[in-house]
Amino acid sequence: MKLSREVIHTEDKRKLQDISGEEILSCYQCGKCSAGCAMTSAMDLLPHQVIRLLQLGQVQEALDSKTIWVCASCLACSARCPRGMSLANVMESLRSTFLRPGDRCLNPAEIPYELLEIVPEQALVAAFRKYT
Amino acid sequence: MVYSYFPGCTLRAKAKGFESSTLASCEVLGVCLEELEEWQCCGATFPLQIDNSFPLVSPTRTLASAKKAGRELVTLCSACLNVLKRTNHVIREDLDKREKVCAFIEEDYSGEVEVLHLLEILRDEIGFESLARKVVSPFAGLPVAAYYGCLLLRPPEEVGIDDPESPSVLEEFLSALGCDPVEYPYKTECCGSYVVLQPGEPAVSPSRLVVESAKSRGAKVIVTSCPLCQFNLDYAQSGSVERGENAVPVVYFTQLLAVALGLGEEVLEFDGHIVPPGLIFQSVGVGGCGGLT
Repeated sequence: MKLSREVIHTEDKRKLQDISGEEILSCYQCGKCSAGCAMTSAMDLLPHQVIRLLQLGQVQEALDSKTIWVCASCLACSARCPRGMSLANVMESLRSTFLRPGDRCLNPAEIPYELLEIVPEQALVAAFRKYT
Repeated sequence: MVYSYFPGCTLRAKAKGFESSTLASCEVLGVCLEELEEWQCCGATFPLQIDNSFPLVSPTRTLASAKKAGRELVTLCSACLNVLKRTNHVIREDLDKREKVCAFIEEDYSGEVEVLHLLEILRDEIGFESLARKVVSPFAGLPVAAYYGCLLLRPPEEVGIDDPESPSVLEEFLSALGCDPVEYPYKTECCGSYVVLQPGEPAVSPSRLVVESAKSRGAKVIVTSCPLCQFNLDYAQSGSVERGENAVPVVYFTQLLAVALGLGEEVLEFDGHIVPPGLIFQSVGVGGCGGLT
């Protein structure tokens, strides 16, 4: 990858910062977010790696990762970040970039009926907020 | 003690036992929960996008409705607490958003209402010592793991009802009921939340880690105040129940409270639970629940 000012400072990255309210360059890659994340076993990129990609302007690569859909918004990373960055907001800004044009990543018809029967309403409301 | 009360969607559907055990216990404790005349689902998640005010609309309506009632607002579900407290914080601090949301719902609200979790009332208003004196069926050292999860504690500056990394309010509550609180390292870890609805299981289920950790420290019961945590920890054990293996019941903290206050099984409503909690109560011979299976 050849890095230049143009590659790093893109319009897409500025949008993510507008949605999340976070300054992505403020992260110094200590890895505390990834160390404490409960969901890493299902992630293809660790949370701090997603941030590193964004710092380098690689927004599409971050958007393509499973990680942003596995994040459960538990805020452990945000509460522990020594730089005070809310990583959960950045993850949500990536999901929003995908969802706002009208795409979705959860199809109600594909939720198994047995699960639908027993899952609390709170999970359905939250999932449709996060995935559609 | 009279408070306004916000039940939220799940307590009226899949988590009925959380509400029925609470209302019955509160009656015994002299806490009057008056349901708001107007309320709607809080949205279950607080928006993490700073440029989007739409998700603030429904919780702000609820808060404005509580302002009219003129009392502090109590809720039981951790998610409702999180959303209502965080929305209240935004309305107090962010004048632009306050103006925008209030204009949309045609209400005059600027964050006047205090939002409280029932645990805060038990700790700060009644007091755990005084609660212990009202217990008629103490649990005689039943080892119980307190599971906090995320929403009661984070973000600490807006929601936190206790220390975000080392909370103790649930353990103090359990001690007041005669339980032996179990210390284990996963009590503030995430259960996986709504990700349970994504197809495909994570390689290591976060809920299973929580349960195994509590079990390894000797817990016979896990308590929570979040319907989704209750479900996830319970659901993660479905296989164990089918195989007849040792599984740990996951109950709402108010279900233990009701038992300790001598209330009958009709207020517990364990119907939807996957790991049957009745067996535990039988095994410790707790009064009032002997007939549960």
